[in-house]
Amino acid sequence: MPGFPRRLTSRAAAGLALLPALTILLVAHLGSTSWTIWISLTSSRMLPNSNFVGLRQYETLLNNDRWLVSAQNLAVFGTLMVVGSLLVGLLLAIAIDQRLRVENTLRSIFLYPFSMSFVVTGLAWQWMLNPTHGIQKLVRGWGFETFQFDWIVRQETVIYTLVFAGIWHAAGLVMAIMLAGLRGIDEEIWKASRVDGIPAWRTYVSIVIPMLGASFATAGILLSASVVRLYDLAVAMTNGGPGLASEVPAKFVMDHLFERGNLGLAAAAATSMLVTVVSIAAPLLYARSRARTAETRR
Amino acid sequence: MERGDVSLNGIKIMFGSVKVLENLDLDVAKSEFLVLLGPSGCGKSTLLNAVAGLIDVKDGQIWIGGRNVTWEEPKDRGIAMVFQSYALYPRMTVRGNMSFGLKVSGTPAAEIARRVEEAAQMLRISDLLDRRPSELSGGQRQRVAIGRALVRKVGVFLFDEPLSNLDAQLRAELRVEIKRLHQQLGATMIYVTHDQIEALTLADRIAVMHGGVIQQLDTPAKIYREPKNRFVASFVGSPAMNFIDGRIEAGATFDGGGLRVPLAGYAFAGNPASGPATLGIRPEHVVTGSDAREGAFDATVELVEPMGADSLVWCRSPGGAAFSMRLPGDTAVRSGDRQRASFPAASLSLFDSTNGKRL
Ligand SMILES: Nc1ncnc2c1ncn2[C@@H]1O[C@H](COP(=O)(O)OP(=O)(O)O)[C@@H](O)[C@H]1O
Ligand SMILES: [Mg+2]
Repeated sequence: MPGFPRRLTSRAAAGLALLPALTILLVAHLGSTSWTIWISLTSSRMLPNSNFVGLRQYETLLNNDRWLVSAQNLAVFGTLMVVGSLLVGLLLAIAIDQRLRVENTLRSIFLYPFSMSFVVTGLAWQWMLNPTHGIQKLVRGWGFETFQFDWIVRQETVIYTLVFAGIWHAAGLVMAIMLAGLRGIDEEIWKASRVDGIPAWRTYVSIVIPMLGASFATAGILLSASVVRLYDLAVAMTNGGPGLASEVPAKFVMDHLFERGNLGLAAAAATSMLVTVVSIAAPLLYARSRARTAETRR
Repeated sequence: MERGDVSLNGIKIMFGSVKVLENLDLDVAKSEFLVLLGPSGCGKSTLLNAVAGLIDVKDGQIWIGGRNVTWEEPKDRGIAMVFQSYALYPRMTVRGNMSFGLKVSGTPAAEIARRVEEAAQMLRISDLLDRRPSELSGGQRQRVAIGRALVRKVGVFLFDEPLSNLDAQLRAELRVEIKRLHQQLGATMIYVTHDQIEALTLADRIAVMHGGVIQQLDTPAKIYREPKNRFVASFVGSPAMNFIDGRIEAGATFDGGGLRVPLAGYAFAGNPASGPATLGIRPEHVVTGSDAREGAFDATVELVEPMGADSLVWCRSPGGAAFSMRLPGDTAVRSGDRQRASFPAASLSLFDSTNGKRL
């Protein structure tokens, strides 16, 4: 069998090259994930112990008000921020797709927020939305004395300010992904639709956007990941307040790990988040790989 | 069916500062099948897109069906178009592809269904109506694209290299289909291609383009037998025409490649004059063996290319000029043989050596 030894060596070389990444994956990711899951099944408090208590920590978690509020907040934030970012990003991409001369400038401006960390984003919006020295004060200064914009200090609206900052941060990235998708569409499709007499907006809605499945899946996955990880934005912008109104699960985990010394409960919370992520990401990844296959088959 | 004559007057098209077409005139009669033939990049698609209204003209006018449509939207021009990449809407079914334009324009549902049914039957795609384009073969996709054009019930159909993405067999099949459609519908068709076989088989008239200029506009037979210049002569015909450089002596003989070819019987375009010239002759017009007449000579066979029905035989003249001739497929000629041949004056083309114009 000629060529067999050569293939073997190239395989060995590839394996060798992958070794560091593989080690990190096994030790850091899988290792710490399994450890976290194990701890969530014990009665660990300040220090880890191996006193198995089954699903007791999960029971406690489901009866914990702060956790329930956090989970609910995340659901609201996640839905609005993903849908909002996709929508705003898509609209920005369509606007840029009109082949404006200032395209490059606009693209940079729209992408700029994404280059900032969540902490900076959070602090900036915290400052701007703060009624005593932000937008409200500015507009009042223009003479609109009764102008009121205090969403960030009100319990029932504070979560929407997080959504707003999140969209502001992510829309540029979504725009870049969508724009790449739009530019990948065959020019002749547009010509055909013009000859057919289909207005541009209708072409987008009925023909072009349905062709962007893979772009939506990619953007969706990236956005979902940032939703679950939501921590620094909330800490920098509202620190969970007022009250529990903007608490989020990642903050719950961090607080219970480091401030409240409740390892078992923190691990149970983290594990719950992981399960949620997997159950959301798996179908998306599947959809994307299917869209890819369909594309290559074409 | 609307009136479908197309008339282009003094068309000029620029991309930025690049001039692609200038002062171009073209008249296409109603129900005519006109083929725009030319090498890639010569401006065929640009011209077709201008007729469709997908590109704005810088200067000139476009008339379709007796109306000046120069500044009208594509949908109002009474045209339909078929593209090389099919350009089907991938997320819609075949039926959706064919009916979407009509739906948007507010055509009653019953009328849409009737037209789709009719077009599908004509193109034999009735049983594909509920499939997506990704579930169709290339040939089927192009049929659907033609169907989408048919349901528009217009007088003018524009085709931009519709068969270029298909393999040879499907191409031949769909070519016949398009020709049949043309006879059935009696619509005007303007068809862009770089494939001269398509042009010769389909066209009522061919416009040969080169460098944004129409070199010759004639029937396929005329283009083939009396090319107006050397470009047309070399671009049309496969295997290609032979060219031999030399001189015309006293308007009566061609001297070149060690040959003296008598020109009695050649229809000169102007007054025959002496001077440098290029002789052109198609491989199948070379007379061979005992049929060879005036100016016959012995050529040396260098190579034989059997092509089934006939063989292309590459030879060298006594003076060393290379040329090819067409012999029957079962010819016994082998390389190294000597082959008697002559060039009959009536089938020659003579070109001015300097500007390439037909003499
Ligand atoms: N959108 C465009 N922008 C700039 N130049 C173009 C554009 N489209 C075509 N051209 C140029 O115009 C010429 C003719 O193109 P085209 O009409 O597509 O040729 P053909 O269809 O005969 O192959 C080419 O030289 C091409 O480079
Ligand atoms: Mg072209």
